[in-house]
Parts: sequence; structure tokens; C-alpha cells
Amino acid sequence: MTLIVQSQSLHFDEPLLLQSGKSIHDYDLTFETYGTLNTDKSNAVLVCHALNASHHVAGVYANTDAKIQEKSTGWWDNMIGPGKPVDTDHFFVIGINNLGSCFGSTGPMHINPDAKKIYGADFPVVTVEDWVNAQALLMDKLGIKVLAALMGGSLGGMQALSWTLQYPDRVRHAVVIASAPNLTAENIAFNEVARRAIVTDPDFHEGHFYDYGVIPKRGLRIARMIGHITYLSDDVMNAKFGRQLKQSLGLDAAVKVNSQAGAYNYSTLDVEFQIESYLRHQGDKFAEYFDANTYLLITRALDYFDPARQFGGDLTKALAIAKAKFLLISFTTDWRFSPSRSRELVKALLDNNHDVSYAEIDAPHGHDAFLLDDPRYTSIVRSYFDSILNEISLKVAA
Amino acid sequence: MSDLATMQAIAELVPMGSRVLDLGCGDGALLDYLHSTRNCTGYGIEIDDANVLACVKRGVNVIQLNLDEGLALFDDASFDVVLQIDTLQHLRNAEVMLRETARVGRLGIVAFPNFAHWPNRLSVLLGRMPVTRRLPYQWYDTPNIRVGTHADLRELALHNGLKVLDSFGIQEGRSVRFAPNLLAGTSVFLFTR
Repeated sequence: MTLIVQSQSLHFDEPLLLQSGKSIHDYDLTFETYGTLNTDKSNAVLVCHALNASHHVAGVYANTDAKIQEKSTGWWDNMIGPGKPVDTDHFFVIGINNLGSCFGSTGPMHINPDAKKIYGADFPVVTVEDWVNAQALLMDKLGIKVLAALMGGSLGGMQALSWTLQYPDRVRHAVVIASAPNLTAENIAFNEVARRAIVTDPDFHEGHFYDYGVIPKRGLRIARMIGHITYLSDDVMNAKFGRQLKQSLGLDAAVKVNSQAGAYNYSTLDVEFQIESYLRHQGDKFAEYFDANTYLLITRALDYFDPARQFGGDLTKALAIAKAKFLLISFTTDWRFSPSRSRELVKALLDNNHDVSYAEIDAPHGHDAFLLDDPRYTSIVRSYFDSILNEISLKVAA
Repeated sequence: MSDLATMQAIAELVPMGSRVLDLGCGDGALLDYLHSTRNCTGYGIEIDDANVLACVKRGVNVIQLNLDEGLALFDDASFDVVLQIDTLQHLRNAEVMLRETARVGRLGIVAFPNFAHWPNRLSVLLGRMPVTRRLPYQWYDTPNIRVGTHADLRELALHNGLKVLDSFGIQEGRSVRFAPNLLAGTSVFLFTR
């Protein structure tokens, strides 16, 4: 059965003090919910999104055209929904769009109520901690004091982790997938290349491109291309594209070598290899819907996240305050958020005697694996949420 | 060695309320048992996907790691008890892991199949590798890459400067204190650094 969903927004007048010292007021948070909140409000699960996703986690938006409806499937629909590993027949799941994003919540493309013009580059820098504070305010409005679980992958996992440190009494479980306690230099470097691509696009206009009626699409495309490369593994890219030429697609090997279709064009400008075509397509698609300032803001939030920083780099001390139980999952071929980063988190949790389970899934898909179906991965998540459900029903019984 | 009597015999060696690390914890049954009967907390280490899943299903804390990569994740004496139950025989670096067990745990408990148990001796004497309830594998497909005896483990422990606090055998769920090297299918050692 298809889950038909709708997004909602709530308005917040009160200023939200940000980590930078600035604040933002009169902002909206867009979110979706799936399932039913039980009477004692103990079955709520908040799902945090990563770089380019949104509050639209599961289900589809109603549309009379079945094809359009199908295309609107939520980004974690394979994981969350009725009968799915995070079963919305039992859990009340909330997806939320973060501040600064471009899918509904207030972001750089909206009007700055103080300046009475579009924020653009003036949108304040937001951090993971700021997002978590905003999410907590939304939970307040929904009447949810304690979350049965926080869940997120990658940057979403950082938010789940941060919840356990900022609101230790409001989180029972944190499911942190393909994430890290902070970004490595290499990771920040990738973000910086993406940002430079956007900022140096002549259409960027110092972040105020909206005033000029243009979009720095060239920059966005390149940002997406480099990002996309880092989300895949070498093996998966080779398996999918190899050295396949674009124009010989679908031809068998013998034909490729002997026919014109298999010959090089000896051009530096044409799309020659299939991987180029794929990356360009991904870049084009992305530039159509993603906001350039949002890309800068979110990658910066990634760079800044480092809960150990205020403890002199001591992650064990940083995680001491957490009270949640943790499930951590990493993927062996993920080199952007590698298993060793998850193990750092595991070690810090162990040092504090916090409850933690950790699964290292031997999947070939790189960082993207956290969005894909792998029975070893999904069955661990399902079992973990089953045990959360047991806890909830035991509490109700008692 | 998941039968209840053996599990109880091992559990009795673990002080009440201990913080336990179970190396090669299988489906988490022992940790679950230690939690419910002896108020212990702790973690299991497993490499096998199905066992990791089984632990999560039971609600037992499990960390998926390859023990042959060492215990760098764990600080010295960070656990009251480190268990190595039917794990040693699968490890490439069995000696290192014995030392690591003593380093990470204030108390180490190792149990493994005793190859010098008399039916095994008899089998070898008759010219064939033993296939028994305790060692149910054919020589060519056994996951047990280390074959040792109760006496051998004592030697290895002493050679590594470990203090053996107690050692005995387990047979049919009962402790064997007399001639365990001959009379017990399972060898058990309690040791410390």
C-alpha cells in the first residue's frame, strides 16, 4: 500500500540564538509525520537529514498522475513506513527540514524580516547544534518531551549524536549511521572544492544571485559531481561504468572494439566515457532544484561539527553527558565516513560505559550504502527498532 | 558449548555486577544470562553478521570487530572480566589475544576444547582425528585453526607471564578437578596479569 503524505509547516516568532552569536526570528520549519503518536507520546522517532535531503523521508505526495506520484517517493522510504524496518504502524516518525535548507524551512531564498529582502548570503551560518535546537523547539510544539529514537545517516547521524549531548534527557536511543565525530581534513577539502565551484561561478553574485534572476548552476553542477564521486566506491563505479564509452552503450564487447561506435572521438570537450555522462546528468539534475547558498551553509555545518572541540579534542569527555543507548552502523567501502570514524565513536561510548551496539556492514556501495537496501543492514535496524518497541510496550504495561 | 549447564558453570566464575567484555560472544546468550542472573553489564565482540544480528535481537550490546585485528579499542584494565569462551581456537593470533585478554580485563576467563580429552587421544591413537560432540568437525573443514590441550594452555599462560588463578575442566556441564587434561572435553582457565 502506498503511503500518501503531506508536509506541514510551523512558524516560530521567538528569536533562536545561534552558535555564532547571531540569531534568527520569524522562521518556519517544514516537516512531515508518519504513523500515530501514542497516548503517552513515547513512540516518537525523529529522522534527521543529510546534505541534500529534506523532511520528505517516506511515502509519496498525492498526484493523479501515478508516474509523478511515484517520483515523489521519500528519500528513506525503503527504511521507514508501514511494515518497514522503522515501522510506522508502531512508531510516530517525524522528518524535519533544517534551517537554511531549500525544501520549505526558512532558508537563504526567503525574505529576511529585518532587511525586508531576500537573505541570500546574509542568511546566518547555522550549525548542527543550531539545527538540533530548532528541532527541539518543534518537538515542544508537537508536545513530544522525549524521543524514543533519533536516527540519521552521515550529517543526519551527526545531528542524532548531537541530540544526545544537547538534550540527553530527551533521547532514549540514537541510531547513527555512516557518520563521524567530525570531518577529516580530506573531507573538509572536498567541501571546500565544492564551495569554490559555486562561489567562483560568475552567476553567484556574492550570494545575491536571486536579485539578478540567475542561478550559479555551473558551480552547483561541479559541486554535485565531486560530491557524488565521494559517495561511491571505486569498485561500484567500475562495476557500473568501467571504461564504457557513452556512444557504445548497450553494444556488446566485440562490436564496441570493431565498429565506429567503439572508437574514441579524440575530443577533450565531448562526453566520451559513460561515467562523464552520468556525472553531468547528476549535476544538471541537482542544479535544477538545489540552492547554492544552502549548499554552502550545509557543507559549512558539516565542517564545523566537532563535539570534542570544547573538551580539548577528548571525544570520551564530550560523550560523557549522553544518556541514550546507541546503535552505530558503518559500511566497509565508505571512504567519506569510514568505519574507523564510527569506531572512534564506539570507543568514546565504551569508555563511558554507555550502551552501544555497532555493526560494520561489508557493502560495496561506499557512503551511499546507507540509503540502499542490504538485508544485513536493514535487518539490524529492524531488530533494533523492535527492541525499542518492546521497551515502550513494557513501560506501558508497567 | 551453548548448553545451559556449561553456561552456568562459566557464569559462576564471573563476580556479581561485573563489567564484562565477551570476545567472540556468538549469539549473545552468555551475556544475556550474565545480565539477568548476575547483574552484569558489558559488550560482546563478534565478527559474524548473523551473530551480530542475533545479539541486537536479544538487546545485548555487540560490537562488530575482527579479533585478529586486536583490541586497540579497549584500554588497560577497562573491564572487570574479559571472557574468551570457545574463541581462542578460531584466532590466528591466539597468543596475542591471550595477552590482550589479560591487559583489558582485571580477570580473564578462557574456555576452549581440550584436545587431550581421552576420547580424542583414543581416536588419534587409532589413527584418526577425533570427531565428537565437542569437536564435531572433520579435519578438513574445521573452523578450529588452533588445536591445544589443557596442559598446553597452562604452558602458554605461564610463558606470557600470566598468573593462573584457577584452572579446571568441564565435562557434561560439571567441573572436573581431577586430571582435567584427560577427563574433560572443555578446559577453563582464570588468570590475571
